[in-house]
Amino acid sequence: MAAGVESTDADKARRFRDAALPHLDDVYTLARYLLRSAADADDAVQECYLRAFRHFDGFRGQATKPWLMAILRNVCRAEFARRSGAPADIADVAEDALPLWQEPESSPETAILRQRDSQTVHALVAALPAPFREAIVLRDINDLSYREIAEVVGAPIGTVMSRLGRARSMLREAWLKSENEPEIKERSL
Amino acid sequence: MTCEETRELVHALIDGELDAGHAREVEAHVANCPRCAAQLRDYRVMRQALAAPALRHQAPAALRARIEGALPSRQAVVVPSRRSLIKGFAMGSVLSGALAASLVAFVMRQEEDQRVLGDLVSAHLRSLQGDHLIDVQSTDQHTVKPWFNGRLDVAPPVVDLTAQGFTLIGGRLDYLDGRPVAAIVYKRRAHVINLFIAQVAAQVSGPERRATIERLQGFSIWRWSRADLGFWAVSDINADELQEFGEKLETGVRGS
Repeated sequence: MAAGVESTDADKARRFRDAALPHLDDVYTLARYLLRSAADADDAVQECYLRAFRHFDGFRGQATKPWLMAILRNVCRAEFARRSGAPADIADVAEDALPLWQEPESSPETAILRQRDSQTVHALVAALPAPFREAIVLRDINDLSYREIAEVVGAPIGTVMSRLGRARSMLREAWLKSENEPEIKERSL
Repeated sequence: MTCEETRELVHALIDGELDAGHAREVEAHVANCPRCAAQLRDYRVMRQALAAPALRHQAPAALRARIEGALPSRQAVVVPSRRSLIKGFAMGSVLSGALAASLVAFVMRQEEDQRVLGDLVSAHLRSLQGDHLIDVQSTDQHTVKPWFNGRLDVAPPVVDLTAQGFTLIGGRLDYLDGRPVAAIVYKRRAHVINLFIAQVAAQVSGPERRATIERLQGFSIWRWSRADLGFWAVSDINADELQEFGEKLETGVRGS
């Protein structure tokens, strides 16, 4: 009997490896942007994969990537709550506290956004408030569809769309502003 | 359409999530509104910059190893390693006899269908791990096709679909159902499409079998056969896009 149990476990592990490990870089990327720390991202991703494996039996037929990312997001939220004893950094309340986004009146009509190096773009994304940073990363860096993002964040597609719209508007504003400032990496020197 | 409406829908437009009717309306508005046009241009610059590989992170090898180590231990691997396979090629004629014998089959029996679909998804997933995706890296069909000479008993057609939005990135030898098959690798944006090609029993497939598309574990699988060749495409892109890939490929194969 014991042999039977072992081979079932090994089989489950094999199916889990095939399904979940190809998404490791994507999940890790999301963790890095959400937590903004390499060490925290390591811990969160490991915890995410252990939880995912425990729940793998109940997982049927959905797309694996959004499923893993939803688990990762819960791990990150729990970690923030534990650390601060305050509402999670990625909580939706942060969004309500911000004023409705207005397109800046000063933005020029025909000027084109300048290309920036990846390091600067990374810093601009990392500086966005959590719910907007999350929306941009899921859509533009992890390449999820609106439906998949809605699944990950547990919100309706309409909410995903408006959050993404505001996120891009904020990023554009920050981007334009940064063009008149010295490179971000120099400023920190 | 007003500027305000355009501002809301412009994101769905650049993300390819807008229906054709609204897309035309947004484009019509943008054509006559320099302010909205500037925004659209900026968002496209941003979207392109954000797609750069440098903005992604690679999971550290130590993390990968820790996760692997925490899972129940691996069983004996059933798929022969690539190294033993290459050694096999060196054996020359001895091997071609064995290959010829093994290639008689690959009959797609109805009751085997689900298992075959599962095998296809597993082969696709395996290819995305480590460095197994490509044996011969080239965007040139005339480099990829001859690479299979002597490695397979069939000459798989290699169709360049770059102009149609599916970039050919290379090929490799893979195994399905214990038999060697050709895998041609394409990319659509950041998504990999594995196209498996193998010999099938001609009497089952007839001159041409209509293409079908199925979903399994979040993957799309497209199947088609022509004469004695079977084609299976697997990817995590949506069914519509894979269908489009299939149609372009059919046209290319018929013309080759």
